[in-house]
Parts: sequence; C-alpha cells; structure tokens
Amino acid sequence: MSAGLAVETDGLGKRFRGRDAVTDLALAVPAGSVFGFLGPNGSGKTTTIRMLLGLVSPTSGSARLLDAPMPDRAAAVLPRVGALVEGPGFAGYLSGAANLARLDSADPLADPRTRRRRIGEALDRVGLSAAAGKRVKAYSLGMKQRLGIANALLRPRDLLVLDEPTNGLDPQGTREVRTLVRGLADDGATVFVSSHLLAEIEQMCTHAAVMRAGRLVAQGTLDELRGPSADDRLHLSTPDPEAAIAALAGAGLEPSRAGAEVVAPLRGRAVEDLVPVLVAAGVRVRGVRMAETSLEERFVALTGEGFDVES
Amino acid sequence: MSSPEPRARIGLPLLATEIAVLFRRKRTWAMLLALAAVPVLVGVAIRIASGPDSGRAPSFLSQVAGNGLFVGIAALVLTIPLFLPLTVGVVAGDTIAGEAAQGTLRYLLVAPAGRARLLVVKFIGAAVFCFAAPLVVAAAGTLTGLALFPVGPVTLLSGDQVGVGEGLLRLLLLALYTGVSMLGLTAVGLFVSTLTDVPVGAMAATVVLAVTSQVLDQLPQLEAIHPFLLSDSWLGLVDLLRQPPEWSTFGGNALLQLGYVVVFGALAYGRFTTRDVLA
Repeated sequence: MSAGLAVETDGLGKRFRGRDAVTDLALAVPAGSVFGFLGPNGSGKTTTIRMLLGLVSPTSGSARLLDAPMPDRAAAVLPRVGALVEGPGFAGYLSGAANLARLDSADPLADPRTRRRRIGEALDRVGLSAAAGKRVKAYSLGMKQRLGIANALLRPRDLLVLDEPTNGLDPQGTREVRTLVRGLADDGATVFVSSHLLAEIEQMCTHAAVMRAGRLVAQGTLDELRGPSADDRLHLSTPDPEAAIAALAGAGLEPSRAGAEVVAPLRGRAVEDLVPVLVAAGVRVRGVRMAETSLEERFVALTGEGFDVES
Repeated sequence: MSSPEPRARIGLPLLATEIAVLFRRKRTWAMLLALAAVPVLVGVAIRIASGPDSGRAPSFLSQVAGNGLFVGIAALVLTIPLFLPLTVGVVAGDTIAGEAAQGTLRYLLVAPAGRARLLVVKFIGAAVFCFAAPLVVAAAGTLTGLALFPVGPVTLLSGDQVGVGEGLLRLLLLALYTGVSMLGLTAVGLFVSTLTDVPVGAMAATVVLAVTSQVLDQLPQLEAIHPFLLSDSWLGLVDLLRQPPEWSTFGGNALLQLGYVVVFGALAYGRFTTRDVLA
C-alpha cells in the first residue's frame, strides 16, 4: 500500500507529559505532489514533522519516509531529504556560507569536493549570494529564512519538508518561495509544506491535509477537499430581481436576494443552461458569475475556527 | 534516485569543521587569552616585587625569580584548580546544549549527523581544547620567563638538575598531563550538556562539579572515595618533575580519567540517543 507514497504514517501519535500533541495520524503524501500541511498554530504540525524527521520518537504508530521506516533508517533516508524545521537555526558568529558548510559536513553522504560549488548554487537559488560572507548575526529574519531554505537545497533531494517556509518573508520573498517550490516539484521532488495560511497552500499545492487539535480532519487533492460542486452558487446582477427570482424558482432553484444580486445554489445545474431561461423570461441580465465553494469556507468548517487562532 | 549509494564518510569532515568552528569563535580566543594572562601576571608581579623567597614550596613561585622556566610550571599549578576547569566547563557544557539553544541541533541531526557520531565529534572537539588550554599556559609562561628572568638548568623536586632543553620537555609533559586531567571533566560536561537546552546552566553545573570534587578531596573523612574523585590527581603533575619521572601517577590519572570518559560517555550516549529534540 506504500507504493508511490513519499510520506506515510500509520496511527502516528505523540504524548507530551500526558497531553496528546498528535493522535492517530494517517498521512499519505503521494510522491511528486506538492503537499500542503495545514492547520492552526498548535495543531500538531511541527510535532508531526519532528517525528517524520526522527527528532522526536512517536509514542504510538509508525512513519515511513521515501519507503523506509523512520527513525530506524534515518542515516540512509535523511540525506535524500531537505528540511526546514520550525524556523531557521544558525550560528550567528559564522557567515551564511560557513553555516551551510558546517551542516553539509554533517551529512556523511555529501561530497566535500563539490561542497563549495553546491553551497554557491544553493545560495544563488534563494538570492543570498551577495550576503554569503556576512555573519548570520547581521541577517534579517527573511534572510535567515532563505538561508534555511538554501540548506534544504544543498543536494538534490527526493523530498523537501518545509515547515512554514514563508514565515518572516515580505510579499516579494513569499512569491519567490512559491516559485521555488513549484520549480522543485517540476524537478521531480515531493514537497511537503506546512502552513497556517490557507492562501499559501491554495496557491502552491496539489494536495493538502488539514490538522485540528492533533488530529487529521481531511486530506486529498485540493479539488477533493473543496468538496462537491453542489454547493456552487449562481450570482446574478440584474435590474429585474423579482422577475429573475420568479424565473429561477420556475427552473427548480431556490433563489434569494443578496444585496444588489440574486443568488441561487446551483445544485448541479449548469450556469449556461440557466441564462437562456432568464432571457426567455424577459430578465435583463447585467452580469452572471458562478461562485465555487472556497477552500476557506471548507476549512473553516473543518477546523471550526479561523486559521490564525490558537487552538 | 536509483544511483548507486555513495560511500558514507566516518565523520572526519564534521570533526574538522567542529574544531575549526571552535577555534574561530571569539569566546574560545578570549578564554585562551585569559589563561595566557595568568603566567604573564605571575611573571610581572614577581619581577616587580622580587622580594625574598617566602620559601613555601611547592607552588614553584619562589623559584621563578631564579629561573624563568618555572613561570610556566607555576602558572599551570595555579590554573588547574579553577581557571582551567572553568574554561573546559564552558566548552564541554556548550557542546550539545549550545547547539540546541542556537537552533542548530535539529539541523545537524536532520543533515543527518547521527546522534552517536555527533556526540563523539563534540567530545573530541572539546578534548582538543583540553590540550590546547594548558599548552597555551605553558607557552605563555615560557615566553614570559624568557623575557623577564634568567633561564638556566632546572632543579627538579628530586634534587637532580636537568638542562634547559630537558626542562622545556618536562614542561610540555606537564601540559599534556593537565590536558589528560581535564578529559574526565569534559565527559561530565558533555553528559550535563545533553540534559538541558540552556548552555549556561550546563556550563555552570560542570564547573560546580569540578569544584565540588576538589572540596570533597580536601575532607579527610571522605578519604575512602578520594582515589575515585575526578580531580584527585590533578596536582599529581608535579610527579613528572622527578628524576626519573613518576610515570605511575601519570598512568593512574589517565586510567581514572578514562573511567570518567567511559561512564559519563555512556550516560551521555544513553540520554542523547533516546531523547526528543524539541529545541
């Protein structure tokens, strides 16, 4: 059953001092996907990531990374995994390049002969070449974040685990990270991105999972998560709202007025079939649009709260 | 993905960067400079005062005015009880807790450094400092002695005289002895460092343990445990100033320190390889 999965967990759980941080987690991250790991702060995302990477041992269940059990096979698997975990961590008294060299030397499979070139390329990829020789102490939060991403890119990776990669970045930097993530996926890597920001996940991911209070409440492709299109609605702008309501009701819908518009749940009907009905009834149509259920509505329904709220 | 797996390296690159980083830190240089200042202060103070010998052996201070080679010896004996353990405690206590506080521990482990490998590399790095520190004291002492005092054949504790060359060799031996003496404390510090994410706490605890060991060593009521105390043979280095050198003290001390390294190394391993890394 693990075929084609880059990350797979089975009943994964972690208890800290009698409190469940993660409970019975069954993640399935398809290889090659850009997988969004979404949930409010404190919903267990980082604990899960720490378990996947072998930093924290699970109190129940098991995890597999790139088809190998963790943490037993960590030495063989982790060189193929690039990670950014809970923000960047670097020695402030060393330069950005020296910090990367240090972490690269900790990887027993990294080739010291190509180290300098790989560090240069990774720094270039995140736009830090100019600051490579500067002490990290003098870096801004955004620069440290980029350096953290550069560390994850020191070698070609099969899996990237990026915990809140756009944290601390300005809008420009956020856009760059998004482009970078898509580029990595195009190169064939699986990207596992956690975030508490829905918009971010919606813009870069193909799949997503939603956490709430340590439990998985949904996972699948973004389309699957959006749910049935039966919830889509027709929004009609017209100077003849009464006539429009009558016509739509005649077509079997339940229209209502919403401000200047007439709104009706589509219930599987196509908008293009309804416009002729309106025109035939003499309704002057100014504008028609279809509103899909947004992920946001869906996720707020799943998590029962907004995404910036502590659970 | 299917490319043949490259051979893993044992960890020499990591050890090389560990040592390079240790000696690139300002803190390391500040501590070595402070240690080097001890023989300079001793030399200058004796040169200025140059009063009659108080005759209280074996602090070697009384011999300094007559022979500059004794500056290094006196400085080593002066720094062993507190200054050296203090700096060793800082380096050893910082090993794991310092990485945790900095946020680099998780990245080293994910790299993956391997927990056991990281511990070994950290211990060796700190051990290098254990030898560097007394060597700096001895070197600074020799230079101070050459600059301020006459230098001549050295009269050993046994009454024999050896030439300047042999005297310098003995000083080097004393420094090596002192380096070995600090290895047990390094292992203790490494273990304490795996217990916390607060480096200052680990450093302080390590130094306190070093001082406690010496206090216990002073209590005659605890004579039974004296041979097993970390610091019991720290001042035994003077036995190398006999003719022939008293090697049994060196061997006994090395064995004791090895015991501490094994026990506290095992404790550190047990703790570090099983703990959750949350920092």
